[in-house]
Amino acid sequence: MRHIISVLLENEPGALSRVVGLFSQRNYNIESLTVAPTEDHSLSRLTLTTVGDDRKIEQITKHLNKLVDVVKLVDLTEGAHVERELMLIKVKASGAQRAEIKRTADIFRGQVVDMTQNTFTIQLAGTSDKLDGFISAIGPASVMEVVRTGVSGISRGEKVLGL
Amino acid sequence: MDLLSGGEMLIRALHDEGVDIIFGYPGGAVLHIYDAIFNQDKVEHILVRHEQAATHAADGYARATGKPGVVLVTSGPGATNAITGIATAYMDSIPMVVISGQVESKLIGSDGFQETDMVGISRPVVKHSFMAQDPAEIPMLVKKAFHIATTGRPGPVVIDIPKDVTDPKVKLPYQYPRSVKMRSYSVPAKGHSGQIKKAVEILLAAKRPVIYSGGGVIQGEGSALLTRLTKKLGYPITNTLMGLGAFPGTHKQFLGMLGMHGTYEANMAMHYADVVLGIGARFDDRVTNSDVSKFCPDAKILHIDIDPASISKTVTADVPIVGSVSAVLKEMLELIESSEQKVDKKSLGVWWKQIDQWRERNCLQIPESTGGIIKPQSVIRTLYEVTKGDAYICSDVGQHQMFAAQHYPFDKPRRWINSGGLGTMGFGLPAAMGVQFAFPKATSVCVTGEGSFQMNLQEYATCMQYQLPIKIVCLNNQALGMVKQWQDMQYGGRYSHSTYAESLPDFAKLAEAYGHVGIKIEKMSELKKKMEQAFALKDKLVFVDVLVDPEEHVYPMAIKGGAMKDMVLSKTERT
Ligand SMILES: Cc1ncc(C[n+]2csc(CCOP(=O)(O)OP(=O)(O)O)c2C)c(N)n1
Ligand SMILES: [Mg+2]
Repeated sequence: MRHIISVLLENEPGALSRVVGLFSQRNYNIESLTVAPTEDHSLSRLTLTTVGDDRKIEQITKHLNKLVDVVKLVDLTEGAHVERELMLIKVKASGAQRAEIKRTADIFRGQVVDMTQNTFTIQLAGTSDKLDGFISAIGPASVMEVVRTGVSGISRGEKVLGL
Repeated sequence: MDLLSGGEMLIRALHDEGVDIIFGYPGGAVLHIYDAIFNQDKVEHILVRHEQAATHAADGYARATGKPGVVLVTSGPGATNAITGIATAYMDSIPMVVISGQVESKLIGSDGFQETDMVGISRPVVKHSFMAQDPAEIPMLVKKAFHIATTGRPGPVVIDIPKDVTDPKVKLPYQYPRSVKMRSYSVPAKGHSGQIKKAVEILLAAKRPVIYSGGGVIQGEGSALLTRLTKKLGYPITNTLMGLGAFPGTHKQFLGMLGMHGTYEANMAMHYADVVLGIGARFDDRVTNSDVSKFCPDAKILHIDIDPASISKTVTADVPIVGSVSAVLKEMLELIESSEQKVDKKSLGVWWKQIDQWRERNCLQIPESTGGIIKPQSVIRTLYEVTKGDAYICSDVGQHQMFAAQHYPFDKPRRWINSGGLGTMGFGLPAAMGVQFAFPKATSVCVTGEGSFQMNLQEYATCMQYQLPIKIVCLNNQALGMVKQWQDMQYGGRYSHSTYAESLPDFAKLAEAYGHVGIKIEKMSELKKKMEQAFALKDKLVFVDVLVDPEEHVYPMAIKGGAMKDMVLSKTERT
């Protein structure tokens, strides 16, 4: 199963490489990874998605917790949560195609953030599934370039991952 | 407050941390630090002859004393040479602090002379690492490094220090922090009381119990409590290779070591047990045999460990208990002593009868020797007699290591010192040095093979410089015996690069060349007498070169892919 693990990490040099190194060293895979400082600049928030059975995920969270730079972590998929991924996608759009693509973007609540005579650059946020859905709706033939941030997420309700 | 340079702060901080000895080797990036060492007499520095030996010596010191071992090496090749020793300590959870020099901050990343990314290279084999940015940080980094290395599941910590950070011209006020608190690092202390209670209930209700304990009991200073608990219950106990000595090896409840080269009775008892209490052991593949689905099929597994990641990693625990072994064992003992529930004496009697039958197989019996040929096992038994079982035995890696583990019973913890997890050939001699520095009056023995010994024999010079009266007992089978054994058993006796009899040095002369004593033993009839002579030379290093039967194999040996009950017992028998 796919899990979203969200980590509060000391914002120290080398901390990220320890997390990434752990995954390669123990043969766990990372599907996506996002990281940035939080409102408290001594901390980074790192979100990663990985796939594995319960046993593997348990080992992953235990080993992450053992890293001295890891302050706290939560497996968001264990409870209700909101997940989002941002995508910027540059697509071919000329002639009659333009209206069609615009309409598809609207349906997916995407925004055109840049355009030329032959292209649209569309910004889209949502679950990874939704972004995948948009790409197939547009048709891979029209896609010129895709940039995705990877998943980030937060628990629903009053639960917080903080100090 | 004193004004000190970074280099001076480092040495002062080590002293304030209680360090009185460090093992190292100088070079450009650490010259400021060496100058600071020169100007004081509180911390003794031991000059080894290779950085790998510095780490093993510090490691041996740590294993024998329980105190952290400290290493100082230069950047680049000094740092990379230390890696094998760091990995060795990491695999066996040994507390160690390694200080490595680094090129000047402004050169980092420029492929400067003797630059390597030590923090990067060591990352997978350290518990944590730091790079010093500023001399003002040094006292706190040292404090944190020792705190991390010695608490929880211990392990090696690296402090990488760029040369400019130890500059003697930059002096800053020095104060050693009294305590350290890290929001991202905490140590599990007590175990969960509910879990402990549950474990005790299962343990007391057991009909065929086995206690299986590992190196964590020794590292966690839990040996006395383990011994009390085991005697109180009257249950059989087995130790891992790392756990030997946690329970007295000569006690009747001790079944011997378990696992790949464990005793028949220990492995059979594990296989047929209904309750296994694992303490400070990690159910690794050398114990469980490769297929964990066949491991202890009828047993409820109770597992105590300070490292949550060690629990249910390979074998799922029915009752996991995360906590320091001492705290948990103490609580268990109290519960057992106050419990109305009593041990099932009747079933236990039946179980012991069964175990005694397994014991009758006498799986460690030494095969008969003909024509005066010395069996390697006899050398270890003789060593036991000559040292009256009261030596520190530092082993290298190979058949000789397994023979030592099987045939030298350890009645005390911290007496058996070997590289269990990484299996590092070349560990023995420098580890024995570390032990001898820690206990100058003790008998420090290195049990080795002619293969392993040649991996760090440059340390003869260190032993001469510091007058270390180590006794080296070499089970010379003229081959990489353990490799050859596998080639015998699995590769049709094709000895691909495992023999070199024609090119071995004259080990006795080699010892003499360094100013030590060399003794050669070739016949069974002279074994005891010559060993006694060697050990009578109290203030000399003696290399005892014992020519042993090159055909001997280590048995029992687990059958790959089988259960713990599946063993080869001799060249002609299997279970
Ligand atoms: C550094 C290192 N290289 C290779 C090995 C693989 N290995 C394990 S045992 C062994 C043979 C050891 O020979 P020796 O020291 O003579 O001991 P013996 O088995 O003959 O008693 C080898 C090569 C190892 N454990 N460590
Ligand atoms: Mg050999």
